[in-house]
Amino acid sequence: MSETTEGHGGGLSVLVHNEGDDVGVAITDLMPGEVAAGWLDSGRRATIVVGEVIPLGHKLALSDLDEGADVIEYAVRIAVTRARITRGQHVHTHNVRSARWQQSA
Amino acid sequence: MAAERLTGYRRADGRVGIRNHVVVLPVDDLSNAAAEGVARLVPGVLALPHAYGRLQFGADLELTFATLIGTGTNPNVAAVVVIGIEPAWTARVADAIAASGKPVARLSIERHGDFATIAEGARHAARMMQDASAIERVEVRRDEIMVSIKCGESDTTSGLGSCPTTSVLVDRHVASGGTVIFGETTELTGGEHIIAERCVDEHVRKRFNDFYSSYISMVERSGANLLGSQPTEGNIRGGLSTIEEKAMGNIAKTGTVPVVDALEPAERPTRPGLNFMDSSCAAAETITLMAAAGAVVHVFPTGQGNVIGNPIEPVIKLTANPITASTMGEHIDLDVSAILTGEMTLERAGDLLEAVVDQTIRGRLTAAEVLGHREFVLTKLFQSA
Repeated sequence: MSETTEGHGGGLSVLVHNEGDDVGVAITDLMPGEVAAGWLDSGRRATIVVGEVIPLGHKLALSDLDEGADVIEYAVRIAVTRARITRGQHVHTHNVRSARWQQSA
Repeated sequence: MAAERLTGYRRADGRVGIRNHVVVLPVDDLSNAAAEGVARLVPGVLALPHAYGRLQFGADLELTFATLIGTGTNPNVAAVVVIGIEPAWTARVADAIAASGKPVARLSIERHGDFATIAEGARHAARMMQDASAIERVEVRRDEIMVSIKCGESDTTSGLGSCPTTSVLVDRHVASGGTVIFGETTELTGGEHIIAERCVDEHVRKRFNDFYSSYISMVERSGANLLGSQPTEGNIRGGLSTIEEKAMGNIAKTGTVPVVDALEPAERPTRPGLNFMDSSCAAAETITLMAAAGAVVHVFPTGQGNVIGNPIEPVIKLTANPITASTMGEHIDLDVSAILTGEMTLERAGDLLEAVVDQTIRGRLTAAEVLGHREFVLTKLFQSA
């Protein structure tokens, strides 16, 4: 893991494990609108737009993803999309599935 | 590293425990009532009822024996009363535990009945309790403390906070010469190549890959849809979407050290360092196997709030989920949710976890011990004859 051991300093609503990840994790319940996201490996911060209600611990898309596209988190493929997903949208079992266990569809 | 003195119980075989239990161990389900009868007569004695032990065969029987024998020989156990329905398998379990040098009594129920068995068992257990109470804690080295790790009811906060905190502890414990066991075979799916790359040599890598392939083949042969089982419904509620995502959080707790060996379920590690154990991902089964392998303290990161404990191996639970920390506080030994809000560094969280582990080693009870969580579950490999 390439997680930084520094605290991120606060003020963030979304944490992203690695640069290049397609998804970030809400660390508080999110409503649509602009929030601050922080990348754990690089320490970079950016403002992102939340498109819908995202509960604490759930993921949102950081980029537009085509149907059938790989979803990258932790710098590895953690899922493939079941449908097109747009930036800011909730990413979960309704629109992604395991790429490894095809039965988990 | 904290330079504070650690204490524990040095057993006859030289291994170090941090608890001093007198256990009544049923060899089979039929002997549970007698084992619990002994525990009712002698307060403080710990009966370990379980569901199996009859008509098992082959690898499944061997794993039951290994788990029962390993549980009895765990250095957190001072002495054992073994009770079985008949004398042969009872002796097989009791003799193997006695070989570790600790006091063992063996009783079988046939031709005696429960009453006589309980009475004799209680006489043994009472004396064992008195003798155990006279065993003094001695100073022990950190590397003599075998640690196990397994997470449960994980969510995305596990991968962000509680698992990386555990990772800090794993690296420190291994750096001090200690042994750590991790497992959860199916829960490496999507990141199994990362563990394979961390294996110390080709031999260990092959053993790991063989364990992994064999377990996954079993899952795939079932043809089942595992969504809801792996990841669990609790995982999904907490935001985890796939087995691969769950695996990355799982791996995030294993430190950065090499994997020095790949073990059978319940197999005792012989190499200091991080050991993989082939195992289920169900918390009670996994920790029962790790305790049977000799682990004396368990670190358990949780997201949504698994309430697991183990009768002989203290389980320390930590969470980075602020909802879990606030709604299930009685189960949580360490709240590291401040990592998420940026108010706590991983190093600081690691320091706090190490302090909790050290207190537990010295005798402070964990939340699970205080709440009486004593989940003891044998792993069943296939149907009995």
